[in-house]
Amino acid sequence: MVRYDSLLASVGNTPLVGLPRLSAPFNTGTGPQIRIWAKLEDRNPTGSIKDRPALKMVEQAEKEGTLRPGCTILEPTSGNTGIPIAMAAKLKGDRTVFVMPENTSEERRQLLRMWGAEIVSSPAAGGSNEAVRVAKKIAAEHPDWVMLYQYGNDANALAHEEGTGPEILADLPSITHFVAGLGTTGTLMGVSRFFRAAKPEVRIVAAEPRYGELVYGLRNLDEGFVPELYDAELIDGRFSVGPRDAVRRVRELLELEGIFAGISTGAILHAALGQAAKALKSGEDADIAFVVADGGWKYLSTGAYEGTVDEAEEKLEGQLWA
Amino acid sequence: MAIEVRIPTILRTYTGGAKEVTSAVAAEGGSNLSALIDSLEADHPGIKDRLVEAKDSGIELRRFINVYVNDEDVRFIGSLDAELSDGDQVVILPAVAGGAA
Repeated sequence: MVRYDSLLASVGNTPLVGLPRLSAPFNTGTGPQIRIWAKLEDRNPTGSIKDRPALKMVEQAEKEGTLRPGCTILEPTSGNTGIPIAMAAKLKGDRTVFVMPENTSEERRQLLRMWGAEIVSSPAAGGSNEAVRVAKKIAAEHPDWVMLYQYGNDANALAHEEGTGPEILADLPSITHFVAGLGTTGTLMGVSRFFRAAKPEVRIVAAEPRYGELVYGLRNLDEGFVPELYDAELIDGRFSVGPRDAVRRVRELLELEGIFAGISTGAILHAALGQAAKALKSGEDADIAFVVADGGWKYLSTGAYEGTVDEAEEKLEGQLWA
Repeated sequence: MAIEVRIPTILRTYTGGAKEVTSAVAAEGGSNLSALIDSLEADHPGIKDRLVEAKDSGIELRRFINVYVNDEDVRFIGSLDAELSDGDQVVILPAVAGGAA
């Protein structure tokens, strides 16, 4: 069934595709069977996995009565969660104000403006931590505005517990590993809660982007930030992936499997391949599903897709590339 | 054995501005992150207190400090007991709201 009442209703039910060429080196014939699968979240209404939490948070706020037509929605975002919020708000007649770190790609800003959003820039130094801090300050000044606050909103994780997780299990009952990016932690928390109940042996693995120094340039350590949604008990491993590996893998994904993905997906694939290598070493069969968070379109201007890997790495320094 | 440790900007006041320091930890009997932090403290007094805090009966990594051994978050491989081998890369970073949020 691929007919929906409206664009908003068409969120989720994304394809899970096999990656035979990327899986091939892990299958020696005599060893275990190891397969890698990509969950194509770019096939959502605005082109990213963020459609799931964003639309769920909006729906929840409407249900609770905090969000009514004509309201102003405020949100700290690197852009990706902002895009579906802005799209939904446009259809519903709400105003949107997003706080974005100034070192995010121009494409995301243009898309947000197209959907009618207003953008407040936060300083590049401190990255998303600063965006959260600035948004909280603005929220305090405008008590009538609605901050959905993706880092601490249960509806974020719930969208994945009810959607992403069950969809993957239905398509891949033999799944052994789930790998996703770690930002708000919503994807990993929600999918993990689902699997901990439905198939507890599935290993939940986080890939965390490692940015340039600017992003970690906090004034003091107390400005550090751990999303309220995060529960370390729900993940089994957490890997830090730098821009070089992310770029290398995102190019491999295109080269070998034809998939044009965003840079954060390269980081996630890197962690997924690490799990495949571990499975091969221990001689265990594995079905590893990872998230393609979005397509590469919004990141073309970052320089990640052209030139040598060295050049791309240099261009990404200082940018919030994931 | 020698372990390379990357120091975040915010803690470089303790390392004389150095981005990366090499720490010598005794290899006998297996070495772990705790031993590495003690060795860092010997070379750069004051740094330990910024990395760990007393909790319950022992010590723990501070909430906003993340430590990675060969890119893996140590909290999933034993925290302060995480084992280290010669040539391991250790990265210390403050926790940030990362990802494509």
